[in-house]
Amino acid sequence: MSYLPNILFIVALATASVLFAKKVGRIRKNIGLGKDVDRSDRPSDRLQNMLRVAFGQSKMQARPVAGALHFIVYVSFLIINIEVLEIIVDGIFGTHRVFAPFLGKVYAPIISAFEVLAVLTVIAVLIFWWRRNVSKLDRFHKPEMKGWAFTDANNILYIELVLMFAFLNMNALEANFADAHHSFLISQYIAPLWSGVSEWGLHFGERLFWWLHILGIFAFLNYLPYSKHFHIILAFPNTYYANLEAKGRFENNAAVTKEVALMMDPSADPFAAPAPEADAPIERFGAKDANDLSWANLLNAYTCTECGRCTSECPANLTGKKLSPRKIMMDTRDRIEEIGANIAANGTFIDDGKSLLGTYITNEELWACTSCNACVQACPIDIDPLNIIMKLRNFATMEESSAPGALNAMMTNVENNGAPWPFNQMDRANWINE
Amino acid sequence: MTTFQVPTLAQMTAEGKAPEVLFWVGCAGSFDDRAKKITKAMAKILHHTGISFAVLGTEEGCTGDPAKRAGNEFLFQMQAMMNIQMLNGYEVKHIVTTCPHCFNTLKNEYPELGGNYHVEHHSQFLNRLLKEGRLKIEGGSFKGKKITFHDPCYLGRANDEYEAPRALLEKLDVSLKEMRRCKQNGLCCGAGGAQMFKDAEKGTAEINHVRADEAMETGAEIVVAGCPFCNTMLTDGIKNREKENQVQVLDLAEMIALAEDL
Repeated sequence: MSYLPNILFIVALATASVLFAKKVGRIRKNIGLGKDVDRSDRPSDRLQNMLRVAFGQSKMQARPVAGALHFIVYVSFLIINIEVLEIIVDGIFGTHRVFAPFLGKVYAPIISAFEVLAVLTVIAVLIFWWRRNVSKLDRFHKPEMKGWAFTDANNILYIELVLMFAFLNMNALEANFADAHHSFLISQYIAPLWSGVSEWGLHFGERLFWWLHILGIFAFLNYLPYSKHFHIILAFPNTYYANLEAKGRFENNAAVTKEVALMMDPSADPFAAPAPEADAPIERFGAKDANDLSWANLLNAYTCTECGRCTSECPANLTGKKLSPRKIMMDTRDRIEEIGANIAANGTFIDDGKSLLGTYITNEELWACTSCNACVQACPIDIDPLNIIMKLRNFATMEESSAPGALNAMMTNVENNGAPWPFNQMDRANWINE
Repeated sequence: MTTFQVPTLAQMTAEGKAPEVLFWVGCAGSFDDRAKKITKAMAKILHHTGISFAVLGTEEGCTGDPAKRAGNEFLFQMQAMMNIQMLNGYEVKHIVTTCPHCFNTLKNEYPELGGNYHVEHHSQFLNRLLKEGRLKIEGGSFKGKKITFHDPCYLGRANDEYEAPRALLEKLDVSLKEMRRCKQNGLCCGAGGAQMFKDAEKGTAEINHVRADEAMETGAEIVVAGCPFCNTMLTDGIKNREKENQVQVLDLAEMIALAEDL
């Protein structure tokens, strides 16, 4: 009977781990639906980028207030995990504060430091909540932030508050024990609130908060992959696999290179039998649906935490156009989830009559982009909405010929006279003598 | 009319000479009346420094940038291959251009297709000449004048070049007032991504009007640009606010040419 808590704990830990692993496996599979792109080069630059941008939060600090608050919550998350490790060991073996004897005199200062972080986190989370719900920062209230996106954002804040509340009160209750060994910096001031409680009540309450804290963490872990908050994990691989080239360099489509080389080769025989690989399924130029994108694009989509810095810097969005780079990422994620679910249910993808371009993203959004890279620059975790926009444009222009008329006219000019305007090629050097 | 010879690469090659640098003029610089003034200013500076340079003249063709940004990868690569064959035929090594879009495409997107050149935006090129002592700029006429600089997206964010244009302006002894959104956070003029060639989607404002407002908020008398498209967009934005008599839009090359009285 005395092992019941241990068994319950192990069952809870195992269930939480298995469920989490399963869901992450499904997301991994969905990301794998994307086309291949080589991001295996320059490993040390990639590692550095990850350490600087994800671990070091360098791009977050472009906005000092949000940057500082986020840094507090982030550091707390990293450090309080040490405490979670102790809780897990305690839970499995039925020990209590198993690290205390090993750490001796430094144990109390360490837990006290965690408590300070917990209080700072509570303050930061309350300010975050205020910005989202009371002062209503514009970027949190764009059209794509209605419904689940808004609820999800608040859920995360509430869960964090509950976890910190449980952690601090667990320690506060223990401080009142008749045989209390520990007293910590913050919880000693919460302790008097519980001073009238019986010894049994104190022990019961301490256990209650202990369980609330750890089960809350297990629940939060399993909430992550359904939430924008998954960025706390994916920010690391996402920055590692980020595009390290100059932002102005848009990738050249290799399939097109082959076609163009053939066209420009005077010795090519136009009537020659197609090369053997011509039997391979015909690849689309560009992307119509989420699985035409690369896995890096899809990883971007799952990494997005919908902070909206991209949208708040986008010149099109700033001037009232429908385009929102954040929505491009959210649409991509929603669509690849839908495709993944379709495959899971049917064994293979059954056409559902929907597509990323058309059903989710409209032409009006697509053609409002100025390719200025403000969204890419703004993203604190190196997400690249522009790359997706350009692939969708490739499809719209090359497969559907649905580019705006004025652009078709411009392209006809480039084709006919080597300039985007209808001027004669022979007049190119006229400026010299004008 | 330029008072000096602007040789084409074909002429120079025929004479058995190779220029130190190829001046890539670009479509705007060749055909747009406003941008032609930038081209001439740049040619004057090149002539003034005594550097041997050439242009391609009628052999130059669109780099393909607007086609690529409009989604037409096929047309882009056709343009790229034609240009690369020609540039490689002339054994071009070094290119300078006054257009950040040409600059970006030549520098970043041509190498993979076989076109490897040392490509510089004119702000980088002139700044380098300055450092090497081959170009001297005296402040003179612009001394103390309030100006602001608009970062072109394809020079700034796209290629992380923010300092070269500012270093040039510093030499002119102007009083540079930065806009609220500048450098990494600079607001686009609205022309990129082939937007120059179409009407904007429905919205509440035009991007170039907003950017012109931001530029004028600094109190600048001159808005300096480093891109012929930004130049047009900002000029139109300022006209829309009926401030064209108070605020001028000039390219970096024009600033230097004017300061040096070229």
